[in-house]
Amino acid sequence: MKPFTYERVATPAQAAAAVLRRPGAKFIAGGTNLLDLMKLQIEVPPHLVDVGRTGLDKIDPTPDGGLRIGALVTNTDLAADRRIRRDYGVLSRALVAGASGQLRNKATTAGNLLQRTRCPYFYDTNQPCNKRQPGTGCAGIGGVSRQLGVIGTSDACIATHPSDMAVAMRVLDAVVETIDAQGRTRAIPIAEFHRLPDNTPHIETSLTADELITGVKLPAPIGGTQMYRKVRDRASYAFALVSVAAIIQKDGTGRVAVGGIAPRPWRIEAAETELPLGAKAVTDRLLADAHPASDNAFKITLVERTLAAVVSKAKAA
Amino acid sequence: MTVNFEVNGIARSLTVDTRTTLLDALREHLQLTGTKKGCDHGQCGACTVIADGRRINACLSLAVMHEGRKVTTIEGLGTPDLLHPVQAAFIRHDGYQCGYCTPGQICSAIAVLQEIRAGIPSHATEDLMARPQATNMEMRERMSGNICRCGAYSNIAQAMAEVAGVKA
Ligand SMILES: Cc1cc2nc3c(=O)[nH]c(=O)nc-3n(C[C@H](O)[C@H](O)[C@H](O)COP(=O)(O)OP(=O)(O)OC[C@H]3O[C@@H](n4cnc5c(N)ncnc54)[C@H](O)[C@@H]3O)c2cc1C
Ligand code: SF4
Ligand code: FES
Ligand code: FES
Repeated sequence: MKPFTYERVATPAQAAAAVLRRPGAKFIAGGTNLLDLMKLQIEVPPHLVDVGRTGLDKIDPTPDGGLRIGALVTNTDLAADRRIRRDYGVLSRALVAGASGQLRNKATTAGNLLQRTRCPYFYDTNQPCNKRQPGTGCAGIGGVSRQLGVIGTSDACIATHPSDMAVAMRVLDAVVETIDAQGRTRAIPIAEFHRLPDNTPHIETSLTADELITGVKLPAPIGGTQMYRKVRDRASYAFALVSVAAIIQKDGTGRVAVGGIAPRPWRIEAAETELPLGAKAVTDRLLADAHPASDNAFKITLVERTLAAVVSKAKAA
Repeated sequence: MTVNFEVNGIARSLTVDTRTTLLDALREHLQLTGTKKGCDHGQCGACTVIADGRRINACLSLAVMHEGRKVTTIEGLGTPDLLHPVQAAFIRHDGYQCGYCTPGQICSAIAVLQEIRAGIPSHATEDLMARPQATNMEMRERMSGNICRCGAYSNIAQAMAEVAGVKA
């Protein structure tokens, strides 16, 4: 790791101000992604602002019948919360499908949303990577692309966003809440939170450098059968090749978001209108603009089949 | 930078480089070498310790982040003369071969049994609204963050089943 200074702050406003004071400074929450990347010198912040004691670790009801999840609520606590298990089962399921018990005990809601890609060339500092070092090129394009994206990608980057939790947040229409160093707050719909790469794959979200996530708001529960199905190379403790988050209502209508295939959780509301017609109809519309490489073309079929399995399970429920 | 924390019930004060992980603080500064370094990247579980009642990977946590907090390592669970029940069960069931992953496995196993009792769901939990049970599938899924190169998995599962009072 490169040397860095470290400071602990007590409030969200102090955290944002502390990061603004030191160019390049970063927030640290659970540390499970940031420290991993700092050890590899992929991230080299000169200063860390530990937000772990800012009190953002509660889950509170909102006036409109939903829940506000504090940015620091751990993945374990969120998955175990009775209200989440009862009313937002897809979120609980997505969380426990991710990482390991040890990691989920440290991983936070905000950190999970902001975790960086698992593209193998992003991790290999001997390879060109526009995300890690803008302008150097992309070793993923034409490389081993089995884990890489098939849609929403660009000529500069074909990486995916690796989070399971974010896929469930997308299907639930969550809203990310933030505060900056001036004390200004924003509410960003999850659909607008992660950016597509275009020519700037190193810019991954709509946040500014000094913007702290304070929480994530879930709208009032919408019921339905809620499922998260993750397909991966081993039964546990592996990132998704493809994952499907779905909420299916009794009349066969519903919502679908897909993970493992794009730079952000992939959801197209118009495709969901095809749900009563079956998985193929939905997938055709959802992935109409896909341009896979030879190594990852299987993901298209895998999305359709995983969705088919989810839809038939919902019917049986 | 200084960090004051409690390790295995003893108050400790260390002066460390900010880059020092909790794992290196335990091993290199406190000579608590029971906790092992495998991958140093959160991928193997050899460094599992219990921090504030929760199992974590000590390699992906900075020592300075634990100011004022409590950490329990394998050395704090039991001694050769007074073993923790999970340690004793690992010995009875041969839950290891080379032993390198074992301190992490034992810290994890103890926490897993607590997590099941606390009603925390896992990927193997069928009904999110029912209390999870200490079944073989539940325990195996929950232990997936601890890799054993020697492949002692089935004996570890038996040791855990015995402590949980269920059939492996
Ligand atoms: C071996 C391994 C396997 C994994 N498997 C999976 C998996 O299968 N599925 C999955 O989804 N994830 C997986 N993960 C990733 C894991 O979920 C993330 O590392 C974790 O969620 C990150 O959360 P954190 O709190 O530790 O973030 P940190 O590492 O603390 O921070 C991550 C980023 O978020 C920023 N940040 C943190 N908090 C805030 C805030 N409040 N406001 C603004 N910025 C903030 C930090 O500056 C940093 O850039 C795995 C990780 C490992 C190491
Ligand atoms: S796909 Fe993106 S992350 Fe991977 S090498 Fe190319 S630019 Fe880097
Ligand atoms: S050494 Fe920490 S998980 Fe491998
Ligand atoms: S006993 Fe050798 S690695 Fe597990």
